[in-house]
Amino acid sequence: MSAQPVLKIALSKGRIFKESLPLLAEAGIVPAEDPEKSRKLILDTNQDDIKLVIIRATDVPVYVDYGAADIGVAGKDVLLEYGGQGLYEPLDLKIARCKLVVAGKKNMPAPQGRLRIATKFVNVARRHYAEQGKQVEIIKLYGSMELAPLVGLADYIVDVMDTGNTLKANGLEWKEDIETNISSRLVVNKAAMKMQHSRIQNLIQQISQAVK
Amino acid sequence: MNKHNRYLLPNGVEEALPAQAQQLEALRRRLLDFYQTWGYELVIPPFIEHLDSLVIPDHDDLDEQIFKLIDQTTGRLLGVRADMTPQVARMRAHQLKDRALVRLCYIGTTLQTRATGFNHSRSPLQVGAELYGYAGPAADSEILQLMQKTLHISGIENPHIDLGHVNIFRTLAKQAGLNFEQECDLFEAIQRKASAEIEQQLSELSLDSKIKDMLAQLIYLQGDVSLLDSAKTVLKHADSPVHLALDELAEIIETMDETVYLDLSELQGYSYHTGVVFAAYLAGHGEAIARGGRYDNICQVFDKKDPATGFSTDLKNLISFTDMVNTDKARIFAPYQSEREQHQSLQLAVKALRAEGKQVVCELPEQNQDVQSLDCTQTLVWENASWQCQTLKP
Repeated sequence: MSAQPVLKIALSKGRIFKESLPLLAEAGIVPAEDPEKSRKLILDTNQDDIKLVIIRATDVPVYVDYGAADIGVAGKDVLLEYGGQGLYEPLDLKIARCKLVVAGKKNMPAPQGRLRIATKFVNVARRHYAEQGKQVEIIKLYGSMELAPLVGLADYIVDVMDTGNTLKANGLEWKEDIETNISSRLVVNKAAMKMQHSRIQNLIQQISQAVK
Repeated sequence: MNKHNRYLLPNGVEEALPAQAQQLEALRRRLLDFYQTWGYELVIPPFIEHLDSLVIPDHDDLDEQIFKLIDQTTGRLLGVRADMTPQVARMRAHQLKDRALVRLCYIGTTLQTRATGFNHSRSPLQVGAELYGYAGPAADSEILQLMQKTLHISGIENPHIDLGHVNIFRTLAKQAGLNFEQECDLFEAIQRKASAEIEQQLSELSLDSKIKDMLAQLIYLQGDVSLLDSAKTVLKHADSPVHLALDELAEIIETMDETVYLDLSELQGYSYHTGVVFAAYLAGHGEAIARGGRYDNICQVFDKKDPATGFSTDLKNLISFTDMVNTDKARIFAPYQSEREQHQSLQLAVKALRAEGKQVVCELPEQNQDVQSLDCTQTLVWENASWQCQTLKP
């Protein structure tokens, strides 16, 4: 019998990687190196036919959709922004939990007219305000969202909120929820799910045992 | 304007250079000849037509996919076809309506506003076949076999063929009494096999536990054909259309000589399909490379109720998965002859070779290019009082 094809799992560094490790360990997958210390982008694991691909969080759905990785771990916030039906999301890993919210300056009355919204979640923000029938101007930023309302770049920001401490430290406050159930999801490439069904289903089964 | 901008093509629009064009054209001919051997007649719908004729009822996305323009002579809205299926349906419903059974095939370039589908292209070369006038699974099976053979002829080995049936989810949704919005939300979560969201949505609905279980289990009904038995068990409390659907799938699977798989929750084109659906996948590609199924309402917009089933794929995408076959490049070089007599005898030799189907490239007077760069492997030389082909040293 021929060897199984190599299964590539896409992960992002940082919180998602750390919190994914115990879950992968449950399925018997242990990385051979620590991505924080290594500069390698493809990491070997204790299993010859499983490799980890270390990429930016927002790139995970892209890699998996196009089949450059078979499986990935991506936050629901990233998946909502990516949109479409190009991927399967068979398992909620219940890690890296947070909320997608609208925030603004503390005690500021609601501005009149067209709102300016700073965010890296452009599509999510556009959909959210479209559902409310509000015309807004969206300003795409790549980081430090909290600064935008303070310097008058935007009225509100749309961002993920964990404890709310970063907002508080910058004189901002929660205004409304967009999605309260944000957590990391296991995503699977459609063709991989079909063509290696029992293998991937097994993996999902094993990982789900460790999900709290 | 920067002169380099003139070299650029619009996003998602491609051209085919000689090697690729040759491969596409050779494949196009083989496929059309093949469809003919199955009794499928070629039709050539127009590139542009009235917008109303280009849309499929309930297929909302298609309208957005159509490039629109206004007919300056009538003021009516025209569209460039984004999908040829409705065009062929129009031809069937109008000009070809008198025949009970019609088998049609087609090929042509389409244009789409957004790059989606098979290969993120905006101008796929769509090829497909349709069988009108027969409602039973035998027609679906024939179309499915055509799709498989199309992939085989295109050089695609061992695609993964997935079968599903829209009436399974549709019946369960009806049995559960879901309203349109609930059905859409649940459908969308099921398409992503997002178990967490499915469970959450189901828990928010007050449903009978049997039906809830069936809807929750749907995403796990995926695998080889042996799955059909367990599907019957899982779905045993479903209304009769579900059982009819499973019987239809069994009947189609029976007729296939190659391995096919089942995925009872994968429902691309759910809004306009009415029966069995199928798609072909390749390892490493998230999108299907060919798809089809039954759409009995497709002719309805043209006031003809008519069962219909068909498949389509994008040839440009298919050839990107196969190795470029170096098609016959055995060109013969005919050196320029300045003397009248020699020239005439050479022309006769060239004519004879071309009549045999050989490729001959004539040298032009004072042409400034060597033989190799013309991709010639042989040259004509005057030997023993006649023109002979001589192999060129590489």
